[in-house]
Amino acid sequence: MSSTPLLDASDVAKSFGAVRALTNAHLTVAEGEIVALMGANGAGKSTFVKIITGALKPDAGQVLIRGKQAFVGSPAEARRSGLVPVYQEPSLIPDLDVSDNLRLTDTPVEQFQNWVTELGIEGLKLSAMIGDLPLATLRILDLARALAVEPDVLLLDEMTAALPTDLVERVLKTVRRKANDGMGVIYVSHRFTEISELCDRATVLRDGMSVGDLDIEPGVEERVVELMLGQKIDIGTRQILQTNEPQANTPRLSIKSLAFEPSFSDVSFDLFPGEVLGVVALEGQGQDELFEVLAGFDRPSSGSMEVDGKPVNFAHPADAIAVGITFVPGDRSDALLAQRSVKENIALPFSARLKNWGPIKLRHERDRVAYAVEKLQIDTRAQGEVQRLSGGNQQKVTIGRWLATGVETLLLFDPTRGIDVRTKRQIYPLVRELADQGAAVLFYTSELEEIPLACDRAVVIFHGRVVDVIDAADADEQTLMRAAYGLTEAEGTA
Amino acid sequence: MSMDTTDLPMVRFGRYLRDNPIIPLLVFLVLMIAVLEILRPGIVTPVRAGRDGLISTFWVGNLIKFAIPLAMLAACQVLTMLTAGIDLSVGVVATVSAFVCATLSAIWGVTPAVLIALSAGLVVGVVNGIGVGLVRVHPLIMTLGTGLIATGCLQVYQRLVINAGTEIPAFLAWLGTGRTAGMPNGLFVFIPFALFILWLMRYTGFGRLLFALGSNEQAAKLSGVRAWQVYLGLYVLSSLIAALAGLLYLGMIRQTSLSLANPLLLPSVAAAVIGGTSIFGGRGSFAGAIVGALILRVLDTMLTLMQMPEGARTALFGLIILAVTALYVRITGTR
Repeated sequence: MSSTPLLDASDVAKSFGAVRALTNAHLTVAEGEIVALMGANGAGKSTFVKIITGALKPDAGQVLIRGKQAFVGSPAEARRSGLVPVYQEPSLIPDLDVSDNLRLTDTPVEQFQNWVTELGIEGLKLSAMIGDLPLATLRILDLARALAVEPDVLLLDEMTAALPTDLVERVLKTVRRKANDGMGVIYVSHRFTEISELCDRATVLRDGMSVGDLDIEPGVEERVVELMLGQKIDIGTRQILQTNEPQANTPRLSIKSLAFEPSFSDVSFDLFPGEVLGVVALEGQGQDELFEVLAGFDRPSSGSMEVDGKPVNFAHPADAIAVGITFVPGDRSDALLAQRSVKENIALPFSARLKNWGPIKLRHERDRVAYAVEKLQIDTRAQGEVQRLSGGNQQKVTIGRWLATGVETLLLFDPTRGIDVRTKRQIYPLVRELADQGAAVLFYTSELEEIPLACDRAVVIFHGRVVDVIDAADADEQTLMRAAYGLTEAEGTA
Repeated sequence: MSMDTTDLPMVRFGRYLRDNPIIPLLVFLVLMIAVLEILRPGIVTPVRAGRDGLISTFWVGNLIKFAIPLAMLAACQVLTMLTAGIDLSVGVVATVSAFVCATLSAIWGVTPAVLIALSAGLVVGVVNGIGVGLVRVHPLIMTLGTGLIATGCLQVYQRLVINAGTEIPAFLAWLGTGRTAGMPNGLFVFIPFALFILWLMRYTGFGRLLFALGSNEQAAKLSGVRAWQVYLGLYVLSSLIAALAGLLYLGMIRQTSLSLANPLLLPSVAAAVIGGTSIFGGRGSFAGAIVGALILRVLDTMLTLMQMPEGARTALFGLIILAVTALYVRITGTR
């Protein structure tokens, strides 16, 4: 084994306008090593990844691959030098089929198919259109495509987000095996369990600097969090301990046998004012479509919805907003005006209705926006364009929009996806506080440990049906996991 | 020592220009006027002739006069481009409005003529708005189509009124050709108009929604915006502006034709783009478009003075527009 690391990035710095994303970042990956790259959102992780892969040009510093100055300024160059990234967003072209996508990147088909099978996807047709495939499959295809070219260094950016647990296992196992064969891996993730299972070492970024390089050993999580936050805070205790009893007899939102075929077929629950109702579901159990129907983006194929006891029928999200149902989608890019200011993003609903097309009530707008910014502690250093904010702050803006208008019923779809621990920890108490003030919150999260932190009760959706309702405040992760896999139902009916 | 690029003067300068895109445009305008003065000494600064002071108010007045209808049509482009659209019917709408006004003035008098002329614009706008907002036809195709249809209708209409003759309403002639303190009277319409558009874009809910739709229509929908309403309002407004510009242009040219204002269409798009409006939506400035219109007028004067053949003039015109836009994009980092 040579002493030259496979990848050696040092003294990397990068600024965007007034915001210094990176000041002094380091990362080395040796042969056969899996290195976790960690950091709270806004720590400069995404920027660092883009620089390593050649998608961005650093202001200072260098990236060496096998000791050679690898950075030339394009992802294609980085790829040729042996570094292959797999990003959070699948980089496959939706309007082409699988084989065309492979051809675009000169990927050997046979190896690709071997990897696809190895990773646990069966019956994939090369003629399938990318746009027709589910997200989880696309991520696996992306990974298989990367592995097929036998990279020296593989970069995985939140690879397991949005993957069902069985595929996660496969992915981790395969990556470990490839590392044993000598491949270097950079593993970007927020998930401690995977990192402690998979990685050899963790490099932690904070405020654009590498602040630590730790070997993975039992108890390292505490140390990593400490480094990420710059202070010691425990993860995962419920900060507001009481469970809210429903504050009224009439549910705020009541749905009965709601269906949107083929995604979900039988969903019923009552959501009361003052309550946070969790939604427990594995990826793709129909929860995406459920939220879109509740928010007025789609019409249900059957079933009924009532708000405050009155039947409702939404043809447009505006109809849902009119009865106080507001939606924070899972994908922030669906909710934000990237090039516009924090203020305009938060104030957008104020202008939505025809009667508000006239002069903007500037003082009202300023006060409400200031309230939301203050409440969520949005970092407004780069407030001129929302796209310059970190992911966590962008998410706060999408929530802040509804705080500014006044929350009655909030549909939160995976609000903590891909954001840092610090922001997450601000979101749970906020959700609790909204409920305490009488709001009704429906809260889906892809991370089960969040359910007891934020929710009072949780409905479990499996294969498009509600299979269980559980008391969330004292549910442990194992209970939730079993429920999510539909195991409690099997017991109940057996 | 870490490199801190935020303090490099060039970077700071670039960012300043990006936040104030009008500044490089104004500098460019002044430079072009300087070149004009060098090409033909005395045209801008008639000190020796002493016609009217240090800078020829006659020349400046003329420049502004012809820039007004162009800037008004550019407003249509800026507003529609904010939503990633475009309005290719504005030239025809202006022509129709002018033609209808001139012919009906001779038959029914000025007031009904003006009202009907504006209504013609309204009709085109409603059709555009329904096509873009409800049927979801691409604005380029929709407005191109309505423009052609309106041209056809105008030719039919012309046969109906061919014997009535035309009359240019006196107040339009006054607005179009008259001067007050050396400046064109058209400014009496244009200044309030420009202030209205600037206010509309910045301080009204409607203006915000234009930016919102151009940035991310999905996000706007999520916030409860019914996009079709905005598109309908937008294309109606655009056509009404075009009809108004047609009336001013009629007073300026004082004759009618079936293609009176049509040649202003592409320059109106150019003025908007030069002025920093992105054709991809979400970014645009009417102030920039006004300077853009002035730049195009100076450019036209320059090419005329150089006594080039028409073909070379047109080609050079296109070339310079491309160069200016490319330069501007390079300086400000916008698209």
